[in-house]
Amino acid sequence: MKPVSTITSPGVPLLRDNIDTDTIIPSREMKTTGRTGLAEGLFAPWRYTDAAARVRDPAFVLNQRDAIGTRLLLAGANFGCGSSREHAVWALAEFGIEAIIAPSFAPIFKGNCIRNGLLPIELPEAVVRALVWQMVRIDLPTQTVSAGDDSWSFAIDPEAKAMLAEGLDAIDLTLKQKPAILAWLAADRKLRPWAYRETAT
Amino acid sequence: MAQTLFAKIWDAHRIAETAGGAHLIAIDRVFLHERTGAAALRRMAETGRTVLDPARVFAVMDHIVDTRPGRGDGTLMPGGEGFITETRAAARAAGITLFDVNDRDQGIIHVISPEQGIVLPGLTLVAPDSHTCTQGAFGALAWGIGSSEAEHAMVTGTLRMERPRTMRVTFTGQLAPGVTAKDMALALIATHGAGGGAGHAVEFAGEAVTALDMEGRLTLANMATEFSTMTGIIAPDAKTFAYLAGRPYAPEAFDDPYWATLRSDADASFDREIVIDAAAIAPMVSWGTSPEHTIPVTATVPHGPERAHTYIGLPAGAPLAGTPIDAAFIGSCTNSRISDLRRAAALLKGRRIAPTIRKALVVPGSLAVKRQAEAEGLDKVFEAAGFEWRMSGCSLCFYAGGEGFAEGSRVISSTNRNFEGRQGPGIRTHIASPETVAASALAGVIADPRLLAREEASA
Repeated sequence: MKPVSTITSPGVPLLRDNIDTDTIIPSREMKTTGRTGLAEGLFAPWRYTDAAARVRDPAFVLNQRDAIGTRLLLAGANFGCGSSREHAVWALAEFGIEAIIAPSFAPIFKGNCIRNGLLPIELPEAVVRALVWQMVRIDLPTQTVSAGDDSWSFAIDPEAKAMLAEGLDAIDLTLKQKPAILAWLAADRKLRPWAYRETAT
Repeated sequence: MAQTLFAKIWDAHRIAETAGGAHLIAIDRVFLHERTGAAALRRMAETGRTVLDPARVFAVMDHIVDTRPGRGDGTLMPGGEGFITETRAAARAAGITLFDVNDRDQGIIHVISPEQGIVLPGLTLVAPDSHTCTQGAFGALAWGIGSSEAEHAMVTGTLRMERPRTMRVTFTGQLAPGVTAKDMALALIATHGAGGGAGHAVEFAGEAVTALDMEGRLTLANMATEFSTMTGIIAPDAKTFAYLAGRPYAPEAFDDPYWATLRSDADASFDREIVIDAAAIAPMVSWGTSPEHTIPVTATVPHGPERAHTYIGLPAGAPLAGTPIDAAFIGSCTNSRISDLRRAAALLKGRRIAPTIRKALVVPGSLAVKRQAEAEGLDKVFEAAGFEWRMSGCSLCFYAGGEGFAEGSRVISSTNRNFEGRQGPGIRTHIASPETVAASALAGVIADPRLLAREEASA
């Protein structure tokens, strides 16, 4: 996973509340069991007037000239609600999005972002609005977002920050604690034998 | 110190605190499905990692399997067969338990896991499926994750987690006749917003919750994810243990004193409390494109986001009841269990759906539910009323590119999501209880099921 440090990008607005993962990547756009080949389906219901023929809707923000090459999306509250499909994050990342700023995120989506090097930043709605079409600079080490002369700090869980900043693979990180895990399991098996099964069927 | 049920289960599973202050939480059960589980199994195989404890990992085909009679691996969804065959091969290679397409016990994860006794009170259970919170109804800590975290849970037996805050939602009093667990969930989200539970793990409590049977509790907990919470949990009681007794994967007895401790202590405090008067809840129907856009079936459409009004084709001030519908769907992990089918069938018995309904489907949540319904003759009631009777699966809870409703249809649906395009391009979905779906299908318009029930009582 690529480490995240600073991101500079125009703030491209998608300021609706409750944008769901079906809209970010519809089920019908998830055509393989892999994690790639998804960017074309990103926001398909909004991006295309005819999704099957890939006819772009010029009115949709990501199709506008100023949004080309953007690395940052600005969104409404509860962004990424709905299905747990990680394909939503894979599609955003493949499209080139490296950070999303919104008043709040749905919890599974937020977790999926961290696991894939995509920075989810929570800031109040008024700040998100102030960033629309501004050249925004995000600095993960100092946890700040700035535009023009203004700057705001954002909170992030230290574990998530470390994983993003160092591009760490969570599984590798956890496997370092395998002795502690195995010791816990051995003790727990005596406490809660009913939670275990001997073989798969 | 007094503890919440959530804290008891969380603390019992905490292996370590990580350097960043998160917790390493032991995971007792991982459940996969062919849509998002395939990606986790594939990555695991690619990286040469293996499942730590295959006996506690399960997989099922539910999301894109065909639900038409006589099905095999083929599905109407473009490329769908690949998800099924790849998941089957990967599940076998990983040595995990698989409920295959036509296995006797196949069904939707959150229907078959309780049916089989795989979910148990006090366990942690995760699946790469947002509605995993459904299983919190059994007093387990159950929540949805992504494919990467599913891989993490399989390989390490743990997840790295931030501890959420706690919230209690108390439903006081008793539900009125004709009002169900689905209406309770929708009333909560309509009042407090689709993002209202963010950052929290919710415990559902109160007289109206304990009065629900296990299937009603599953319906209530199912919608916790539409409230943006990590999970919804309900303290186990005698009903919970009676339901699980004798299930294939359940322990032989629930006599360990541990089971009795699984409840919030009387003086436990929650970070947030919400109280709802259950007696004041009416049958609820969504009018817009978020579960929070929901009102009593007797109400008029309020002012919402302009885009929601445009998409759904209902202006503010319009009465919801009486809106013509084109299609009806009974199914999904929210409302596809035997009690759901019985209640809908009770209203449909001896009647025909309106001639204007172009498609009406009933999709049992599992093959066991299907067998039970057939033993009771419910399939014949549905078919006589004009519904198609299907094999089990997620079906048209969402649209995967194959089978769908006619473009632009207005659908009354017992599912959990009314997002733009959720059931297909341009499809307008109204979520409601199975009895509201049945009553509306008969009337051809969105209808209050209580009127039909009253008619029945006076006949």
